[in-house]
Amino acid sequence: MERSEAPLRTLFDRIWERHLVQPETAETPAVLFVDLHLVHEVTSPQAFALLRERGLRVRRPDLTLATMDHSTPTTPAGEAGEMVITDPECRVQLDTLEQDCRDFRVELHPLGTEHQGIVHVIGPELGLTQPGRTIVCGDSHTSTHGAFGALAFGIGTSEVAHVLATQCLLQRRPRTMEVRVAGRLGACVTAKDLVLAIISRLGVSGGTGHVLEYSGEAIRALSMEARMTLCNMSIEAGARAGLVAPDDTTFEYLHGRPRAPRGRAWESALARWRILRSDEAAPFDATVEIDASALEPTVTFGTNPGMSAPITGRVPDPEREQEPAARRGLESALRYMGLRPGQPLQGHPIDVVFIGSCTNGRLSDLRAAASVLRGRRVAPRVRTLVVPGSREVKRAAEAEGLHRVFLEAGAEWREPGCSMCIGMNGDQVPPGQSAVSTSNRNFEGRQGPGARTFLASPLTAAAAAVAGALADPRGLVDARAEEGR
Amino acid sequence: MEPFRTFTSRAVVLPRRDVDTDQIIPARFLKGTTREGLGKWLFSGWRYDATGAPVAEFPLNDPRAEGACILVAGANFGCGSSREHAPWALVDHGFRAVISASIADIFRNNAVKNGLVPAVVDEQAHRALLANPFTEVTVDLQAQEVRAPGMRARFSIDPFARRCLLDGIDELGFLLARSAAITAHERARRREEEP
Ligand code: SF4
Repeated sequence: MERSEAPLRTLFDRIWERHLVQPETAETPAVLFVDLHLVHEVTSPQAFALLRERGLRVRRPDLTLATMDHSTPTTPAGEAGEMVITDPECRVQLDTLEQDCRDFRVELHPLGTEHQGIVHVIGPELGLTQPGRTIVCGDSHTSTHGAFGALAFGIGTSEVAHVLATQCLLQRRPRTMEVRVAGRLGACVTAKDLVLAIISRLGVSGGTGHVLEYSGEAIRALSMEARMTLCNMSIEAGARAGLVAPDDTTFEYLHGRPRAPRGRAWESALARWRILRSDEAAPFDATVEIDASALEPTVTFGTNPGMSAPITGRVPDPEREQEPAARRGLESALRYMGLRPGQPLQGHPIDVVFIGSCTNGRLSDLRAAASVLRGRRVAPRVRTLVVPGSREVKRAAEAEGLHRVFLEAGAEWREPGCSMCIGMNGDQVPPGQSAVSTSNRNFEGRQGPGARTFLASPLTAAAAAVAGALADPRGLVDARAEEGR
Repeated sequence: MEPFRTFTSRAVVLPRRDVDTDQIIPARFLKGTTREGLGKWLFSGWRYDATGAPVAEFPLNDPRAEGACILVAGANFGCGSSREHAPWALVDHGFRAVISASIADIFRNNAVKNGLVPAVVDEQAHRALLANPFTEVTVDLQAQEVRAPGMRARFSIDPFARRCLLDGIDELGFLLARSAAITAHERARRREEEP
């Protein structure tokens, strides 16, 4: 084939090509090099065990970083900062990670230490999540790191072993999809609302086999933390990864972070990062367009993240679903959630509010929640848990006095971790209770057996805490909250 | 890993679509450090009631499900988290193949590494299989075919995954054999990125 000029390439193409150790053929997948491997206690023990079994070493401990997040307690620490692990199984899992990291010389940020936190919060915080990198972790929300223009995706435990032993993965080239978001988000409409709207539009399998690239005016206007919220939930549309091309917002965030390049290395990194973008008119396998200005604060009503509606809306009627499987799915979701078709979402009573997770557990999220809770009280009988995403987030929030806002409002201020997003550490929503959660999954039983989860932004979650029911945050928030989007 | 050729058994049918890995194996069973013993908690939220007693209507509790090694599931099976505990639980329970009209990416990758065949069939074949719970189904990996009384359908699977399953090839071994190419890549990258 004759070409007069270089082919047009997407951001994904540029990262993919640069990491090919061996290109794919019809018979074999590509061998893809991994720049950063994040490790946590739940999905790694069996991988380290396999390395031991086969007498293998970790090929690049310098590109591997471990922390503890899923099974860690979040109950306030003792006087000396000590953390009590009451669950013996969690204890074994944490001890195992410690032993594995010692044996294989992997850098570990254990419970209670300065940089410990949810794996997808600490990578960016440390400045390890950098544009153009390939990043993997035995965790589907690794897509978070795509906010920096890194190709980041979740892998299973067998693949964790592959990366530990070879720093590479066998991968088929995914397809690409551009998600163009025009216009600007309105007041109290956040990246969380945007991503819920995108998932509702694509469906929970609409992104399967694809890497999404988010583009357009609305995306450029988002802060880094908001971009992380957006990319975090790409997996909920079934996508392998989400990407945002890096720009000055990205570089400003990274500059001066502990593991970001410095001096001359920073200059040369910047030069490499600035060309990481999709060419104008580069071909994507699919494109969708969304108008940001039409969106409202959004909340899920069902048992997957695709089932959402504007907070001012009503619960849909399964009778109006044409497709039988979809109708049955919706019926069973409403039964599980204890909702009636056609009922307004606002005013539906709730029992628990959870503010935290790798989706919305960063400083700007806590600021947003605090902007609603400042000078207000959470409704009686509503248990409200605020869990910072990392120790660094906790420190920064306390330096601004946010913890006092939460405590004075009657909320609990906890130690960092995944907490009620997954409930492995005992922070659970009791059976049959309804929770408004800033996390990413409303699957049946996700927050505890029989728990009913309504996903929402920190603003909407805080509004619900105050009202004791699903509520619209608009009107409760002053202008300061806008910076938290 | 046991090589896979052909399996024939009654099929357990789970018609729900978008079955996520939290349903396949809830997070509270992820606290172990080994891969064994998860089968009894497979689909535990649906399979057992709050007292721990089996729910009679759940297909896995039907006497005809005894010994079945083929699961026919609704579309988008295995969405959600990357936990490999999901295929571990299915395999530990005795399943060797999952048939659906679509299967989530990470789950599909994880399944193959554990000798569980993710077989994606077209809508028509999928509908026929969903409509006939507990009929005898054959998954023939060599021929890449699903067969049931009155039907025969080709299924799709990545050619490399198929070869790994048929020959019991282990992907880690495949990668380890590429060590020289990996080293060359590391060197080239280091040179490029020097300030
Ligand atoms: S906060 Fe939730 S989604 Fe994020 S890593 Fe932890 S458990 Fe997974």
